[in-house]
Amino acid sequence: MTPRQRYEQSERRRSVIVAAVSLAAVGAVLAWLVPMAPGWEAVKRSFFNWPILVKTFPTLLKAFMLDVMIFAWSLPLIIVLALVIALCRNVRSAALFPLRVFGAFYTDIFRGVPTILLVYLIGFGIPGLGLPRPWNSPYLWGTVALVLTYSAYVAEVLRSGIESVHASQRSAAHSLGLSEADTMRYVVLPQAIRRQIPAMMNFVIALQKDVALLSFIGPVELLRQANVYKSLMANFTPYVGAAIIFLCVTIPATRYTDHLLAKQRAQRS
Amino acid sequence: MATWFHQSLVAATLLAMAAASQAIAANECATGHTLTEGRLTVATGNPAYPPWVMNDAPQSGEGFESAIAYAVAERMGFDKSAVDWVRTSFDEAIQPGEKNFDFNLQQYSIKPERLEVIDFSTPYYTTTMAVVVKEGSAAAATEPTASGLKKLKFGAAAGTTSQPFLAKELQPEQDMLLYDDNADVVAAISANQIDAIVFDLPSALFVTAVQLDGGKLLGQFPVENNESPDNFGLLMAKGSALKPCVDAAIESLAADGTLKQIESQWLADGAGVPVIDMSK
Amino acid sequence: MTRSNDELPASARAVPESLVNELPRLRLESVSKCFDEVTVCDQITLDIAVGEMLCLIGASGSGKSTLLRCLNLLEPVDDGRIWLDNTEISIPGLDPGPVRKRIGIVFQSFNLFPHMTVMDNITLAPKRVLQQEPEQAQSVARTLLAQFGLEDKAKEYPDRLSGGQQQRVAIVRALAMKPEVMLLDEITSALDPELVGEVLDVVRALKGQGMTIVLATHEMSFAREVADRVCFLDKGKVVEVAPPEVMFSNPAQQRTQQFLRRVLQQ
Repeated sequence: MTPRQRYEQSERRRSVIVAAVSLAAVGAVLAWLVPMAPGWEAVKRSFFNWPILVKTFPTLLKAFMLDVMIFAWSLPLIIVLALVIALCRNVRSAALFPLRVFGAFYTDIFRGVPTILLVYLIGFGIPGLGLPRPWNSPYLWGTVALVLTYSAYVAEVLRSGIESVHASQRSAAHSLGLSEADTMRYVVLPQAIRRQIPAMMNFVIALQKDVALLSFIGPVELLRQANVYKSLMANFTPYVGAAIIFLCVTIPATRYTDHLLAKQRAQRS
Repeated sequence: MATWFHQSLVAATLLAMAAASQAIAANECATGHTLTEGRLTVATGNPAYPPWVMNDAPQSGEGFESAIAYAVAERMGFDKSAVDWVRTSFDEAIQPGEKNFDFNLQQYSIKPERLEVIDFSTPYYTTTMAVVVKEGSAAAATEPTASGLKKLKFGAAAGTTSQPFLAKELQPEQDMLLYDDNADVVAAISANQIDAIVFDLPSALFVTAVQLDGGKLLGQFPVENNESPDNFGLLMAKGSALKPCVDAAIESLAADGTLKQIESQWLADGAGVPVIDMSK
Repeated sequence: MTRSNDELPASARAVPESLVNELPRLRLESVSKCFDEVTVCDQITLDIAVGEMLCLIGASGSGKSTLLRCLNLLEPVDDGRIWLDNTEISIPGLDPGPVRKRIGIVFQSFNLFPHMTVMDNITLAPKRVLQQEPEQAQSVARTLLAQFGLEDKAKEYPDRLSGGQQQRVAIVRALAMKPEVMLLDEITSALDPELVGEVLDVVRALKGQGMTIVLATHEMSFAREVADRVCFLDKGKVVEVAPPEVMFSNPAQQRTQQFLRRVLQQ
């Protein structure tokens, strides 16, 4: 080890120790101060009630499987639709101009309306037309609402990805005789998608949380189950339990996204 | 003449003393324990629904719970003008910290699980759960028996105790759907997304009569089968010093038949509703 | 010189009398191209013979690159006509695909597809455009790679290669389409000086194989060495076309003299 490396290693070690000590100090001060608040006992009883958490957690976890399922079938639909919309917004030929207008209109509308409103309007409105079961299922139409909103966002991300692929790549593909469609499929899209994966991951994380919006139109998923327990027990601890479950999924996903972003930055420089 | 005057004076004095002593006795119980000295602050939902509160106007005294609140206040020594109304959601009612009401009534069921963080008065009303279906639907032909009801797809308002009750007593074969409020549940049954709704009986009677076109009451659950019949209580802060006064007021209203009289004035009679046969 | 033009539309097959007897591979008739108000190619008329190597020289912005892009139909011409063998390819609305199969172009900045391996870069167009089987496309690619000393690079991604290697891969990618004409656009300008040689060797080899080549270049000594004819462009106009020994030692036009004096001094 060179002297320079030794020096840098000791500096690294020193900064880790400083960080750990300051973190522990802040934690200790908080742990000491918060219980001194006059309402702490009441807050503890209502929000951090261990027996209630233990009693409700298994059912909450089961209800969360519903969120996972809604997420699992929504995500592929969102990606496919987003791709279609992004391609619509990217068509160059004049004959297909209406597609561009449609794409722009679509993204404007569905990004502009709050997701919860769309879930309500579609989740209650369309079944209200008198569709027979199972075509009036809140799962179906709630999913449609999520897919419409999220595909609009993801389409915009993809579109900016497509536009970020340099014109010379299209030129190179064209010069080899590739058709417009092949150029998009083999040359532009793979690069656009790869470039935008971190940005799309942010929407994946948001979707993990927004599937809970379906609870407003009936399904008893995690948020609703926590809501039921809260009413039954007049206690907010089940909400804390639900938050813990969501965090267990979103924190790793967020870390992974940051890792992807860091990797991408490293590649660019 | 003198005698008459004398007698009258004595009678008047006695009456005045009696009234005063009653008032003093009541006021003494509540004195220093209300949110605002000399006034009683009562909370209800936002909005409050009929038949519990008519026209979302609790200060009118119209509607079952509005009438109950004024009757309790009167027995505690507060006349109508000394009652203030506030609105809270369920969550606000149960959150830790200072309450902004003396008592809160919006069909709160007295549940042992809830007693850890709040107090309830003695019940002012006892009811049971009932099942509402849509006239003309396949579900409307269901026999009011446990085995028949099991097959239906149920919906309910999420804040109520309907879901835990059904899960325990009936165990339906299909997952229940839950909604934010009664209006959403009614929308869901209108759209045929659910077969049946579970309400407390008075709400069920009201919804079938007013809110849901072609609503039909399929049946009510037997009280004895219900682990605890649905008892409504006034919600108070945990350890509220007002509880003895509120309890005394309700007991006095029950004893002299006032509760029954208010009930029959504002709540439809559920006697004609078939009782669900839980043994079949 | 007969060639199957089955893939070209009927309207593109009309052959004017003047061209029947002496067929250049490429013929440009008064080709003009404007960007907004700027005329980048101005009435360019040129014939390029089969197997000829024509070098385009001229200052930056003289229209060399644009002319090459017009020949590959990456830019539509505004006026004039271009013939490939006995076929007009400058007809508005003509499907550029079949033309591009026959005319390859290599760019200054390589423009390899960064998400594909060298092998995939080379075989994509043969598979998609020529409908070759993957095995066939790969064997063609391997042969070409070996020919240009790149046989061990097939599985690499472009960013792992040197500039010279990338440019050679780009040439191989164009050659894999078996073009009849190669357009080379400043293919050594983005390279470090020590890497220029390996790319120029490739061009020499191509010429040796009898390929028709149009090369836009700043490498005057290379142009002098390999060109059959040199064409000097200035402000979008052809100023002079001559064999290199004439162009570089005794140019007819004053503007050519000025330009050459300037670049050769450097």
